Amino acid sequence: MEKSLMKGNEALAEAAIRAGCKCFFGYPITPQTELSAYMTKRMEKSGGVFLQAESEIAAINMVLGAASTGVRAMTSSSSPGVSLKAEGISYMAGSDLPGLIINVQRGGPGLGSIQPAQSDYYQATHAMGHGDFHILVYAPCSVQEMVDTVMLAFDKADEYRIPAMILADGLLGQMMEPVSFPEPRKTLPDKSDWAACGHANQREHHIINSLFLDAPLLEAKVQERFRRYAVIEANETDAEVYCCDDAEIVVTAYGTSARVAKSAVTAARKKDIRAGLFRPKTLWPFPKKKLCEATKHAVQILDVEMSMGQMIDDVRLATECRLPTAFFGRTGGVIPTPVEVLAEIEKLTGGAAQ
Amino acid sequence: MTTEIILAGFGGQGILFAGKVLAYCALLDNREISWLPSYGPEMRGGTANCSVCISDEPIDSPLVTNPDCLIAMNGPSYKKFVNEVKPGGLILLDNSIVDETCDRTDVTAISLHATDLATNAGLQGAANMVLLGRMLAETKLFSLDTVQKAMEKYIPPKHAHLIASNLQAIELGMAQKASC
Repeated sequence: MEKSLMKGNEALAEAAIRAGCKCFFGYPITPQTELSAYMTKRMEKSGGVFLQAESEIAAINMVLGAASTGVRAMTSSSSPGVSLKAEGISYMAGSDLPGLIINVQRGGPGLGSIQPAQSDYYQATHAMGHGDFHILVYAPCSVQEMVDTVMLAFDKADEYRIPAMILADGLLGQMMEPVSFPEPRKTLPDKSDWAACGHANQREHHIINSLFLDAPLLEAKVQERFRRYAVIEANETDAEVYCCDDAEIVVTAYGTSARVAKSAVTAARKKDIRAGLFRPKTLWPFPKKKLCEATKHAVQILDVEMSMGQMIDDVRLATECRLPTAFFGRTGGVIPTPVEVLAEIEKLTGGAAQ
Repeated sequence: MTTEIILAGFGGQGILFAGKVLAYCALLDNREISWLPSYGPEMRGGTANCSVCISDEPIDSPLVTNPDCLIAMNGPSYKKFVNEVKPGGLILLDNSIVDETCDRTDVTAISLHATDLATNAGLQGAANMVLLGRMLAETKLFSLDTVQKAMEKYIPPKHAHLIASNLQAIELGMAQKASC
């Protein structure tokens, strides 16, 4: 299919429509707003609903309601707005509801800055709300990969009845790159076995609920959910592995910082430094085995993030602290440069291999 | 080969659009592209800039820190980026607006009265295209023919009436090389 040039935010929206998303509920926030704006133009024409809610909290609860009926529903926001959605996401997880949440991250904490950041990693992967639960978290690093990830995220969310998040950032949202789109989905998964989609007096009510006052019953529900999480952890991890075969130093990074790190790794290779890049494409589940495999011959790891260091904990856990793991990051909306990352690689390796 | 370009100026000078024209040409040529705008409050009256990478290979970091080419349309932008341009690189200045002159000797620095040239030709507000035209003439990155085809293909129909004047301004910029 012919390529067009599109901003990441707009491409996310177009991909969602093509993935069969019928309901978008949002509230504007920089640097995500082009996504909602695109939806205002396109959603109605494609037979769906666009609604600008009165708040982020309202928007996520509308997603919960729409998802309960079995349609593909989504919301998008940026860091402060996603914090407001946390309660609703927990309710969705507790109700076994699929849905897509997009976080085009900006600098934090608080209102922070409007520039790109990756400081919501902990929130997305470890504590996206109260209670024992996980959501799928995807970390694309280009406009094309964002498009492909939207399709995948909706599919996997439906398959496992779990909310999915795309953790992007302001750079990916604002940047234009050539992109091509898959054909719109014609058939979507049948959810009539659980969705509140009308029983016509032919069957019992389907009840979508996260309240279980009977503690053992809730325990069983959570345990059942965690068995599903185990299947996800076994089957749904993904990562890009670049030049790791003989790498002495493996750089770990996701999203925008992985693009920067890849430039640095390529530059390091030109200087005969045996560097590689490991880029998780799924942050939860974290690609633990793939990372262990990629670092088999490495003597050290350099984790690069646009934060003070959050994913580094998962890197250390995945490798069981087997290797010294250094960190380089910029935060608050500052993007690291390939030169900075290369300097860290050189500092850690002492330059070219002998 | 990768060409990294920074276009910078005041919000409203068409900095982002000039970058888009480059990106459209590259798209038509089936090359790899990234177009990254600055965004935020600085766009309202302050400096606006965008980074464009055009390459034959996939682009890793889309953030341009050391451009091969800088187009500067105001003083603050010029001062911000002048020392970041790679040795051997190209700097284009609109010295209808920028007072500074480039004293770097390791780059090709070209000053032209882009705003005046555009205005005198009846192309008010097309200084961005004049500079772009001069840059294309200098770098041979894309031909006028490619620019025309790219604009006709990718500029949305509601703005199609502006293509002719933009092309005229690019041609005007290109002609400046021949005349010096």
